[in-house]
Amino acid sequence: MKNKGLTKVDLIFETVDVRKVMKKAFEMTSDEIIQQVLESGLKGRGGAGFPTGLKWKYTAAEKDPDKYIVCNADEGEPGTFKDREILDKVAPKVYAGMAIAGKAMGARKGFIYLRGEYRFLLPQLFVELHKFHKMIAEIGYDFNIEYRMGSGAYICGEESALFESIEGRRGEPRNKPPYPTTSGLFSKPTSINNVETLVTAMMIIEKGPLEYVKLGTKDSRGSKVFSISGDTPVPGIFELELGMTVQQFVNEFGDGDTKAVQVGGASGFCVPRKKFADTIIGFEGVPTGGSMKLFNSSRSMYNVLHNYIDFFAEESCGQCTPCRVGCQQLLKGIEKVKKGEAKSTYLNELVKLADTMKVASKCGLGQSVGNAFKSIVENFREEVIY
Amino acid sequence: MVTLKINEHEAKVAEGTTVLAAAKTLGINIPTLCNHPDLCVAGNCRVCVVEQKGARTLVASCATPVSEGMEIQTNSLKVRNARKHIVELLLSEHRADCTKCYKNQNCELQTLANEYSFGEHIFLDLTEDHNYAIDRSSPAFIKDDSKCIRCQRCVRTCAQLQHVSAIAVSHKGSEMKISSFHDRPMSHVVCTNCGQCVNRCPTGALTEKTYIDQVWDAIYDTDKHVVVQTAPAVRVALGEDLGYDPGERVTGKLVTALRQLGFNSVLDTDFTADLTIIEEGTELLTRLKKVLVEGDKTLALPMFTSCSPGWIKFIEHKYPHMLPNLSTCKSPQQMFGALAKTYYADKRKLDPANVVSVSIMPCTAKKYEADRPEMRSSGYKDIDYVLTTRELAVMIKQAGIDFRTLEESHYDSVMGVSTGAGVIFGATGGVMEAALRTAYEIVTGRPVPFKNLNIMPVRGMEGVREATIKIEGTREEWNFLEGAELKVAIAHGLVNANKIAKAVSQGKAQYHFIEIMACPGGCLGGGGQPIPTSAEIRQKRMEAIYAEDMHMDLRKSHDNPEVTAIYQEFLEEPNSHKAHELLHTHYTERESY
Repeated sequence: MKNKGLTKVDLIFETVDVRKVMKKAFEMTSDEIIQQVLESGLKGRGGAGFPTGLKWKYTAAEKDPDKYIVCNADEGEPGTFKDREILDKVAPKVYAGMAIAGKAMGARKGFIYLRGEYRFLLPQLFVELHKFHKMIAEIGYDFNIEYRMGSGAYICGEESALFESIEGRRGEPRNKPPYPTTSGLFSKPTSINNVETLVTAMMIIEKGPLEYVKLGTKDSRGSKVFSISGDTPVPGIFELELGMTVQQFVNEFGDGDTKAVQVGGASGFCVPRKKFADTIIGFEGVPTGGSMKLFNSSRSMYNVLHNYIDFFAEESCGQCTPCRVGCQQLLKGIEKVKKGEAKSTYLNELVKLADTMKVASKCGLGQSVGNAFKSIVENFREEVIY
Repeated sequence: MVTLKINEHEAKVAEGTTVLAAAKTLGINIPTLCNHPDLCVAGNCRVCVVEQKGARTLVASCATPVSEGMEIQTNSLKVRNARKHIVELLLSEHRADCTKCYKNQNCELQTLANEYSFGEHIFLDLTEDHNYAIDRSSPAFIKDDSKCIRCQRCVRTCAQLQHVSAIAVSHKGSEMKISSFHDRPMSHVVCTNCGQCVNRCPTGALTEKTYIDQVWDAIYDTDKHVVVQTAPAVRVALGEDLGYDPGERVTGKLVTALRQLGFNSVLDTDFTADLTIIEEGTELLTRLKKVLVEGDKTLALPMFTSCSPGWIKFIEHKYPHMLPNLSTCKSPQQMFGALAKTYYADKRKLDPANVVSVSIMPCTAKKYEADRPEMRSSGYKDIDYVLTTRELAVMIKQAGIDFRTLEESHYDSVMGVSTGAGVIFGATGGVMEAALRTAYEIVTGRPVPFKNLNIMPVRGMEGVREATIKIEGTREEWNFLEGAELKVAIAHGLVNANKIAKAVSQGKAQYHFIEIMACPGGCLGGGGQPIPTSAEIRQKRMEAIYAEDMHMDLRKSHDNPEVTAIYQEFLEEPNSHKAHELLHTHYTERESY
């Protein structure tokens, strides 16, 4: 496997003349904007990795005069904190990304769904937003952004649950299809993008897709902001080019005793030391929305697993059977095995259950519980049992 | 049309059809739990997942529309494994004391468990980890969270069909449950006791509060004289719980069965339905005269019917300022109760203290109604016990009665004679039609100008219906109505009732008389009726009701000889002082949450 090595990048936080980018985008047609984003190969930075250009294209193709662009700033995945930093440092670039998306799709209204715990950012964000609205109005944009606050539910980061929440209902994922691009917020065509995705798209317009595709690999174009935590001497936020191996990552950020890295948060995958060298961080290997947690040999992987499953058992919305009951079974199951009250082979039944949850749950939450569960049980079985 | 393949068989169905419905056209059954024909799609139980070629995950067939060229497997290994897991998961959080459960053998989870889960359970028992409450606070039903599988049929019913939302989802994850406002007891929230949720609950989480044992005790108490009345809608639905197809009329067998159960007297709510028409029709005509001619400001128009106790509680909570618009007439059940321990006891020379009055109702709200403090105008509790159609079926089975082979027989007298007008109370629009048959004739001296007395404009299953009846050729005392157009409206299902109530409240609707039934289809779709229910089943029951009406010798309430007799012997005249004492009531403003 070829990889690109570890390279630090400064794209998201780079200081740019937002007004200039907005003017440039204003001169472009909807098709030109979408084409550039498509050519850049940009995939959603929230974790799921859906091609951003396609999302915009599908939404643009809808005939409805009312469309929405929603910025998902609910950032609830354990171990990610990069969207907070982006909003704190470069909010105008987020707004710009939304306005450009709005121009591309024919949406005049944007909503930012902000994680409840980030309420303290609001006063400054409002100041920036006021200035931004004034600036784009001068250029000629007919576009307006409003904030909506989350209230602490992890599930509200799931796009359709987020819409339900904005619409004033309980945050429960919807059935798909229809997808948001045809029926999203208020049942209107909607493109919902992560904070970082919107800034990246804006920078693609600024630099052009040819410049952007120089970064990253075929499957994982560009760079990504990582939230690095756990057993590391340098926790924090780093923007890195995509395509490095976990080994290269650990060489830079580990403490010399790293035994596992949880890539992508609670819903992501656990990579054990023996697989560091062969695992690329990106869509060809293990994808991540940014969360990178390092564990050294002082950590019990049973505790790590227990913590994640306990989190899911609490944060499942509870509407669908595989997720609501499955999480409780996984949690109780590993507890029983650990205490010796269930046979260690019961873990095999639980792995099968995790597979069912992956294919039968209603939304991405339940579908991804199995990622952490299986990768930890399969790689650290002894730690889970004894 | 869309062409797709299900289990290698080709299906051609209309665009927008779900995979579940498409499979049905091929005779392929996919199990479901949260799905219900009356409710919007939820897609949350996941029992109906199927494999779609090319899809990353299994898809919920109830929530997935067909698409051209789609290939579906409903019974692949992957599907079977997932489905078995899902059923096992549901069982692991369900307190499965099946042999003691009221829903035993009428439980959709149990049926699935029989098909997918036998031998050892795969998963651990989770019921011990939760401290589930059993809410017995309502006199009408019991809510047992330990039996709940979170399918949210009840939540959707309460919101979508009834516009009440007394129950909703609260908490999340492992704590997620169906709850009332601030977890208050069901007796202290906006719940109307309509029982539509009970009727749709797939398990034993929501069941009517049964009074079967109390009724048996009364029957076997030799000091007691037990009278039973049967509501109109019971006779067209009871058969469904005893092996008949929907729409079978079993009136004669019903009467025989009740007699065999040991009731001392088998009487008919239809009698007091006829009486209601006389009282309510007179009340309406009097109101029209007082308001329109004499300018009386103390009386309100339009007048709403008051025989549906679910509707009464709904308006008490949601539109208390319109309580003066309600007819003051008690429901037929309660008129019957008040008369059973006065008029009837007198006629039969019984001590009313020894009369036990039981009613068989298609309704759970009637249990609540019977418990209202104002329903004691006989000096006793007017109705002692209310049983649903389902509970009666249980009693018939308990008694070992072979219902099919029963001879047919007639109701006892007095208070057992009725007309077709009383029977049609069981269908939406029926009270209106019965009232018009009588009121028109009082005013004009002629029968309503509709073929066979069938007032078709007020019939049907549309949620809200309107009709205008022109009054011509009035008698002397009613000539203020000459040429007037009587505007009426009908709604069934509280979501539709709310539409009319809102319009009236906002002054946007100009009606004189409005019939409201809390349940879809009227009483025939009541919360106490046999399970399952669907639009097709309710349609069949409705056809049976109107067929019953056509077969009656008498079709108009004022032709009922027992009604004439009771006024002569006891009540004096419609809306008399005595009638008001026994047959009319008042209402209570309630909180809006």
